[in-house]
Amino acid sequence: MNAIDPVMGAKAEVKQNLEVADNQVTVGSCFTDAPKMTMRNVNVFYDDKQAIHNVSVDIAKNEVIAMIGPSGCGKSTFLRSLNRMNDTVESCRVEGEICMDGENLYAPKLDVVELRARVGMVFQKPNPFPKSIYDNVAYGPKIHGLADTRVDLDEIVENSLRKASLWEEVKERLHQSGTGLSGGQQQRLCIARAIAVSPEVILMDEPCSALDPIATAKIEELIEELSQNFTIAIVTHSMQQAARVSHRTAYFHLGRLIEVNPTEQVFTMPEHELTEAYITGRFG
Amino acid sequence: MDKMTFENHYMKQFDEELEEIRTRLMEMGGKVEQQLQNAIRAIGEADSQLAEEVIKEEQLVDNMEVDIDEACILIIARRQPAASDLRLVMMVTKAVNDLERIGDEAKKIANHALILADEGGSSKGYTEVRHLGQSVMSMLSNALDAFARFDVDAAMRTIEEDKQIDQEYKTALRELATYMMEDPRSISRVMNVLWVVRSLERIGDHAKNLCEQIVFVVKGKDIRHQR
Repeated sequence: MNAIDPVMGAKAEVKQNLEVADNQVTVGSCFTDAPKMTMRNVNVFYDDKQAIHNVSVDIAKNEVIAMIGPSGCGKSTFLRSLNRMNDTVESCRVEGEICMDGENLYAPKLDVVELRARVGMVFQKPNPFPKSIYDNVAYGPKIHGLADTRVDLDEIVENSLRKASLWEEVKERLHQSGTGLSGGQQQRLCIARAIAVSPEVILMDEPCSALDPIATAKIEELIEELSQNFTIAIVTHSMQQAARVSHRTAYFHLGRLIEVNPTEQVFTMPEHELTEAYITGRFG
Repeated sequence: MDKMTFENHYMKQFDEELEEIRTRLMEMGGKVEQQLQNAIRAIGEADSQLAEEVIKEEQLVDNMEVDIDEACILIIARRQPAASDLRLVMMVTKAVNDLERIGDEAKKIANHALILADEGGSSKGYTEVRHLGQSVMSMLSNALDAFARFDVDAAMRTIEEDKQIDQEYKTALRELATYMMEDPRSISRVMNVLWVVRSLERIGDHAKNLCEQIVFVVKGKDIRHQR
């Protein structure tokens, strides 16, 4: 029956077993032709407890990759290992290879402060410094020596606030405190602060979970715009958000990377049963 | 992921909502099947009363279409379904449309049955209607079975049946043309039979659409317009 072939022959056997095997192989398209970051066989431990098991994946230049999964699946841990935020956690140990533009980020002589300027981060709760709006954005460029003159600095601050879609709302009160802004504005201020040092990659750890739907929509629109110039990895609990903003979606489960695929595929025809169970809100 | 289940959501109510649109689509399928069967019988037996009944009950099918569509819209608004759930909901909104069109065609057949019964006279062409009618009934019933079990193999086999029906349709057209040439006085009568045959062929197409949708739900593959 030839007519059946286009359908029947197409799909690889899918694991029926919902348990995660030790030799779990990530399904889908983990690797890209022009990667900005490459992660190979990454394992992360907190003392003896292994939080990330053997994750290998690429992040392409200027792509938005969403990382989703249930609480405790390791997606935030993984995200934080991309700019060595985990270094601050005493018990944390990272194995494997994490490279940006081919350069190993865990090389002993690598300057971590410089790394965090190249790989910026936005957190779940907006955390502006208790300083003026202007100083919040200017702080990074100042300590990294990116501006020689006051005029340069003014320009960086304005550009960053513009890119973060905040300029129009704050240009009249740049010297008021950043903490006086609304939650959504504070988060955009944090994004402006992150992009002020011209990072190459921006990591976002649930950037909208403390925001209302309108503020969320603004951030999501911003993510779309930022992806023209930056590579973005975002951890989110909102599957609709992942579906809206990302190009590829990575599904984590119990510390394993289960599936990476183009977002449109993940939300209409996921390849792995566990992904399907999670995004349809079922117990797997 | 070939085994389809619409259960085990963390939200129990969601299971029930999906199960409900599925059940209601099956009910609608059953109703349409019965409409078609009665319409074909009304022709063969020149049963005006049965034909009237089919025409009257078409309204029920229309109502079912609207109700099920509404339920689907509610699910999308409330649950934002994804993956297999999303495919099911999309499939159901399309399938109710095909079923409603089958209901329309059954009504058209019943209308012609009324005209044919009023005119009385020869039963030329009824054999063709009966043959094609049987094939189409069987195809529709297979399509609905395939949906009930989300059986892709059965759906693919049923799609193949449409070729047979197209063949039978062409043969029937040739036969009907011969009748008209043999006896030009029968032309207006045979034209009525011709419209019935045409409706039956269209129903085959709608049953095929239904099967393609089943493949979409289960496999996530859109196989429309592939041959």
